[in-house]
Amino acid sequence: MKWDEFFVTGEPMIYAAMVSIVLVSIAIPAGLTYFKKWGYLWREWLTTVDHKKIGVMYIIAALLMLFRGGVDALLMRAQTAVPNNGLLDGQHYNEIFTTHGIIMILFMAMPFIIGLMNVVVPLQIGARDVAFPRLNAVSFWLFFFGAMLLNISFVIGGSPDAGWSAYFPLASLEFSPTVGNNYYSLALQIAGIGTLMTGINFLVTILKMRAPGMKLMKMPMFTWSILITSVIIIFAFPVLTVALALMMLDRQFGTQFFAMQNGGMDMLWANLFWVWGHPEVYIVILPAFGIYSEIIATFARKNLYGYKSMVYSMVVISLLSFLVWVHHFYTMGHGVMVNSVFSITTMAISVPTGVKIFNWLFTLRRGKISFTTPMLYALAFIPIFTIGGVTGVMLAMASADYQYHNTMFLVAHFHYVLIPGTVFGVIAGFHYWFPKVFGFKLNERLGKWAFWFIAISFNITFFPLFILGLNGMTRRMYTYSESTGYGPLNMLSMVGAVGLTIGFILLVYNIYWSTRYQPREVTGDPWDARSLEWSTPSPVPEYNFAKTPVVDKLDAFWFAKKEGKSLTEEGDYEPIHMPNNNGQPFIMGVAFFFFGFFMVFSWWLPAIIAGMFILGTMAYRTFEQDHGHYVTVEEIERTENALRGEKK
Amino acid sequence: MKKKWLLISSFLLMILSGCDNPLLIFDPKGPQAQTISDTILFSILMMAGILFVVYVLFAFMLVKYRSSKLAADYEPPHEEGSKWLEITWISIPIIIVVILSVVTVRSTVDVENTPKAYANEKPLIVYASSSNWKWHFSYPEEGIETVNYVNIPEDRPIEFKLYSYGPITSFWIPQLAGQKYAMSDMVTTIHLAADTPGSYMGKNSNFSGKDFAHMEFEAQVLTAKQYDEWVQDVKETAPMLTEAEFNHLLEPGILGRKTYRSTHLGFSPAPEGEHAGHQHEKNADMDMGTMHENDSTIHGEHQNN
Repeated sequence: MKWDEFFVTGEPMIYAAMVSIVLVSIAIPAGLTYFKKWGYLWREWLTTVDHKKIGVMYIIAALLMLFRGGVDALLMRAQTAVPNNGLLDGQHYNEIFTTHGIIMILFMAMPFIIGLMNVVVPLQIGARDVAFPRLNAVSFWLFFFGAMLLNISFVIGGSPDAGWSAYFPLASLEFSPTVGNNYYSLALQIAGIGTLMTGINFLVTILKMRAPGMKLMKMPMFTWSILITSVIIIFAFPVLTVALALMMLDRQFGTQFFAMQNGGMDMLWANLFWVWGHPEVYIVILPAFGIYSEIIATFARKNLYGYKSMVYSMVVISLLSFLVWVHHFYTMGHGVMVNSVFSITTMAISVPTGVKIFNWLFTLRRGKISFTTPMLYALAFIPIFTIGGVTGVMLAMASADYQYHNTMFLVAHFHYVLIPGTVFGVIAGFHYWFPKVFGFKLNERLGKWAFWFIAISFNITFFPLFILGLNGMTRRMYTYSESTGYGPLNMLSMVGAVGLTIGFILLVYNIYWSTRYQPREVTGDPWDARSLEWSTPSPVPEYNFAKTPVVDKLDAFWFAKKEGKSLTEEGDYEPIHMPNNNGQPFIMGVAFFFFGFFMVFSWWLPAIIAGMFILGTMAYRTFEQDHGHYVTVEEIERTENALRGEKK
Repeated sequence: MKKKWLLISSFLLMILSGCDNPLLIFDPKGPQAQTISDTILFSILMMAGILFVVYVLFAFMLVKYRSSKLAADYEPPHEEGSKWLEITWISIPIIIVVILSVVTVRSTVDVENTPKAYANEKPLIVYASSSNWKWHFSYPEEGIETVNYVNIPEDRPIEFKLYSYGPITSFWIPQLAGQKYAMSDMVTTIHLAADTPGSYMGKNSNFSGKDFAHMEFEAQVLTAKQYDEWVQDVKETAPMLTEAEFNHLLEPGILGRKTYRSTHLGFSPAPEGEHAGHQHEKNADMDMGTMHENDSTIHGEHQNN
C-alpha cells in the first residue's frame, strides 16, 4: 500500500482535520506534562474501576462524539440546503451520512446511556459498585478504543461509505474497495464486545446487589429499565458479533456469506443486521423511558402512576422488539403473509408504549409541577415523541411503507423518536444527576435557554422532512435538481440545524459556566427527589453508602424524609471492602485498538502480535491474585464528616 | 358515512397537497398508488385523533397542575394507579391496532396482486434490472430493451420483474405504485396499472453507491395505440443489443437513454427459475445440484407470494 492511499488526500476539510488531530495529540501530552497531571490522570481515571468515574468518562466521550456526529449532520444539511450544491461530492457525502449514523447510535446514544446507568444504577439500588468492577473498566476501554478506531478512518484509509446499515453487496469488497468497511466491521466489533459485557455486568448487578428489602417490584423505574435493557443487550448483541465477523471474513478472507455469487445471500445480512438493529432501538429508548419516569415523578412531587403497568409494558416492549425486524425491509418481496405478520407485531408495540405515555400524563395529574430544566426536557418529550410514535404506526403498515420506505418521511420519523426519546432523555438525565456527581447544579437559566433552542429547532429541522418524504424525496441523495421543488423545505431544515447547533453549544457553555460560578450544593438532595441515590452526599464518596440502606417500599427515601426516619440501622461504621484500581483494562483497550487497526489494513504479522498480547493479558488476569482493599472506619468517618459537615 | 369520510379525506388531501401542487404520494395515477394513498390518508386521520387526545390531556395537566397555580402547602396525593383507566388505554389502542391491521392486510393484498379492475387481462411483463447507476428495461414479448426510460400502455396491467446486477436497489414510480427491492439473487415483482397517460418520475430509492442520486428514469404512460407504434418503431430502427454492448452498459457510470431491438435476457437471464441465486455453476456435483433446484423452486414461489 502506498502512502497516498494510506492517508486520505485531496480534500481541504480532511487536511484541516489532520492538522487539528496532530495539534490536539501534541497539546494533550504537552498540557499534562506542564500541569504535572500524568500521575493524576493515570491514578484517578485511566486505572479506575469506580462506576461513577467510568460513567463520567462514558458521558464525556459521548459528548465528544455528539459533536463529531453533529458536524456530520450539519455538513449533510448544508450540502442539501440548496439544489445542485457542490459543497461535498457524492463519495464524501456518503461517508458522512454513514459515520453520522454509526457515531450517533453506537458512539453517542449508547455510551451516554451506559454512562448514566453506570453512575446511577448502583446508587439507586444501594450498592457500592457494580458486580464486576474490573470488567466494567474493560467494557469502557473497549468502547472508547472502538470509537477512536472508527474516528481515525476519516483521515487514515477512508471512512465506511455504505450507510450505517452497510447492506451487502454494496458493502462488499467489490463495490466498496476502500478499507472503510473494514473499519466498520472491526471498530463496531470491539465496541460491541464492550457493550455485551456491560449488559452482563448490569444484569448481575441489579439481580444480586440490591439493598436489603428492595424486591424487584420496589426498584426505581430507571433501574427497571436498565434491567430490561441489559437482557435485550445480552440477546441482541451476539447477533451483531456474528454478523460483523461474517462481514470481516467476506471482505478480508474471501468467504462468500453475503456475496452475489456462489450461493451467497445479500438478504441474510439485512436480516442479521436488523435482528440486532431493531432491539438496539429499544436498548437506547427504554433507559430514556426510565429517566423520564424518575424525573416526572420527582418534579410532579408524586409517585409514578401505574408502576406495575409501567414495568409490564417495558417487558412486553422488550419481547416484541425481537419480533419486528422485517419491517425494515417490507420491500424485499416476502409477500403478503410475512409482511402482514410483521405489520401487526410492529403496530402492537404502540399499545404498551401508549400505556407508558398515559401513565406519565396521569402522574402529572394532581401533581405539583415545577418546570426545572430536566423536567422541561421530560415534558417536551411527550408531545414530540408521540408524533414519532404515530408516524411509526403509519410506517408499520406494509402497503403504506412501500411509499415511505427509504424516503425522508422515514428519516423524519426516526429522528422524531430518537431525539425527543433518547437525546432529550440523556440530556434530562445529565442535568438531573449532574449535582449528584459533581456537587453543584447546572445553571437553570442557561439550561432553559439551551432547552428552548433545542426543542424548537428540532421541530424546524425535522418536521419539513415528513413533507419532503411524502413528496418523494429519498434519503441519502447527495444532491437533487431544482425542478424537484425540494429546495425551500431543505433550506428550512438547514435553518433548524443551525438552531440546534446553538442549543448544543449553549448546553456545553453551561457546563463550563456552572463549573466556575455555580454555588456548591450541600444537601445531597437538591431536587427533593424520591430514590436512594439522593440519600448519599454529593459528590458521592468512593464507597457510595457508608452504611447500606434498608428498604421496605418503593420510594423508601421519600417516605423516610417525610417521616423523619433514617434508612440505615443504628450502629458504628464497619470497614468497607472495595476493589483495587488497575491499569490492565486500559492496556487491553490500547492493544485492541492496535489489533483492530492492523486488521483493517490486513497487516497480518503485527495483527497476530497484538492479538497474542491481548490473549496474554487475559491469561495474566486469570492467574492474578487481587482481593481488593478495605476502607477503614476512620477514613469513612473523616469523609462523611467532610461531606455532610456543612449540613444543617 | 362514506360521504363524510370522503369529505374529510379530501379536505386533508387539500391541506397536504397545497391544491395546485399536490405531494407526489397523494397524486396517484394508477389503482395501486391510489390504494396506498387512501390507506395513508386513513391512517393520518386515525393518528390525528390519537395526537389530539394526548395533546389535550397534556395541555390540561400542565395548565391545571403547575406549582405556580397551586397553594404553597398543597401536597400531591399518593396514587397507585387505576384499573379502569389502565383497561381503557389498553383496550382502545388495541381496537385501533386491529382496525389498522385489517386495513393493512387488505391493502397489502391489493397492491401485491394484479389490480382488481384488470384482473382478467393478460399483463404486460417488463424486466427491470439495475446496474451501477442505471436501469435496464427488457420487454421479452416485444423483444426490445431500453435504458433509463420505460414506456408502458395505459389501462393494462403491468408486471415489473425486478433484479439487480449489483447492490440492492429499490424500484419506485411513486405515482403508479409502491417500491420494491431489486436484488442480484432473486426476482421480485411489482404489479401496477396506469390510468392516465403522462410522464412520471421513477427512481432507485435504495442507496447504492457513488452516483445513486442520479439513478432516475422516466416512466411514460402511452395510449395503447401510441405504445404499439413506439414498439413497432423501435423494432424497425433501433440497433441490436449484443453481449459485448450489454457488458459495456453494465460498467459503473451514468448513461443517457438507449434503445435496442433485442433484449439481454437471452445471454444474461434474470435470476429466476433455474437461474435463481444460490444456484451453483452447472458443473457442481449432483447432490449440490438437486439441493439447489429445490432451493430455486422455493424462490420461484416467493415472487408470487
